[in-house]
Amino acid sequence: MKFYNTAFFIAFSLLFCGVTAQNDKMALVKGGVYLPLYGAENKTVKVDPFLMDVYPVTNSDYLKFVEENPQWKKSQVKPLFADKSYLTNWKNDETFQGLPDAPVTNVSWFAAKKYCECQGKRLPTMDEWEFAAMANEEVQDARKIEAYNQFILNWYETPKTFKNPIGETFKNYWGIYDLHGLVWEWTLDFNSVLISGESRKDVDKDSNLFCGSAAIGASDLMNYAAFMRYAFRGSMKARYSSQNLGFRCAKDVEN
Amino acid sequence: MKNFRFMAVLVALVALFSCNNNSEKNTGAAETAKVKKAEGDAIPEMSIYNLPSHWTTQNGEEIELKDLQGKVVVMVMIYTTCKAACPRLVADMRNIEKQVPEEKKDNVQYVFVSIDPETDTPERLKAFSKENEMEDDKWLFLRGTEEDTREFAAVLAVNYKQISPMDFSHSNIISVFDQNGEMVHQQEGLGVDNKETVQAIIDLAK
Repeated sequence: MKFYNTAFFIAFSLLFCGVTAQNDKMALVKGGVYLPLYGAENKTVKVDPFLMDVYPVTNSDYLKFVEENPQWKKSQVKPLFADKSYLTNWKNDETFQGLPDAPVTNVSWFAAKKYCECQGKRLPTMDEWEFAAMANEEVQDARKIEAYNQFILNWYETPKTFKNPIGETFKNYWGIYDLHGLVWEWTLDFNSVLISGESRKDVDKDSNLFCGSAAIGASDLMNYAAFMRYAFRGSMKARYSSQNLGFRCAKDVEN
Repeated sequence: MKNFRFMAVLVALVALFSCNNNSEKNTGAAETAKVKKAEGDAIPEMSIYNLPSHWTTQNGEEIELKDLQGKVVVMVMIYTTCKAACPRLVADMRNIEKQVPEEKKDNVQYVFVSIDPETDTPERLKAFSKENEMEDDKWLFLRGTEEDTREFAAVLAVNYKQISPMDFSHSNIISVFDQNGEMVHQQEGLGVDNKETVQAIIDLAK
């Protein structure tokens, strides 16, 4: 039943949306079990196999989307779905600034979600994203490898990487580029992060991570790198947009 | 003529399922106007009534959010198997309702939206409303698809995560919307001072 619903939905989406993405290459992530930074204590999460875009969505991809779906143009988007900084760097409704193959940023979660739906895809869940992103070039889970963590942390300190073109960072184990080193990315359930609000009682843990009172070993770096992402997601609202926040789409594996 | 009717149905379907939901691109101007008219008067841009989601009530009725238009809406997200925070939130809602003057009570709708649509079937919601003696029409319990729920939570800035098959962790936010579905006030926390929330409701309700 679920399959039919999905198929139905996709068929309709495809009929009525612009579907011609320029980079619609996807890679198969085989899935598995991993231990996320946050969640029930020491509880591993199972990630089913899924497909993920090899690259983040680019400026030119997004231009095509707004041309075909005018209600997502800068001047027409409903403020419920995007705040004032939506596509803030675009000169007008149909002129972006920067490279055509730089990742599109300053898009809200609603916009990103709709974009993916119009491709017959969806945003990746946070677990899918984190699972795919723990790979380096060689292994599925590189989170304990110092060079991997150092790469991420160095990136956090590098300004304006969102201006770079896609595909210039490393190709990971799954064949996916730019999960680290270019822009941060929306996930479908970004609002499942409870760092703010009621989970403020976890604050001790967080400040420990921040302050790094103990010697900084590989696992602290790993936590720190991931913690930054979770904290960022926890601070976002669905209509917010940010210049270093882009997205890519994912899809269930169809049997 | 028959053809025309068929076309109109088709157009309506297109509007329902299309990503270009409110777009004027794929539909002719006449049809678009028709669809718009059917939707009633213009909905403000920040209104939650712009959300196309569909919901089922505790009575098994299918509704859209915009069916709530015209009332002050007080909304909270809960799940019925919740043992910790939700009973408090339910109590908070009841508490707020008590403080609204009698002559304004009819203009306020209290809505509980489930963050656990899988468990919270309409039957379950109905039972929950009975357990909590909230069977009056002013209490509305809604369940949607997982996706619409996630989206709606995003609009309310309610964060939630399933932490076990039985339990969700979630933010405790009660939101107040005006008659057009625009958010006017939010109260965050459990058992907090609800004076401002009540005042917001009283100011809005006619």
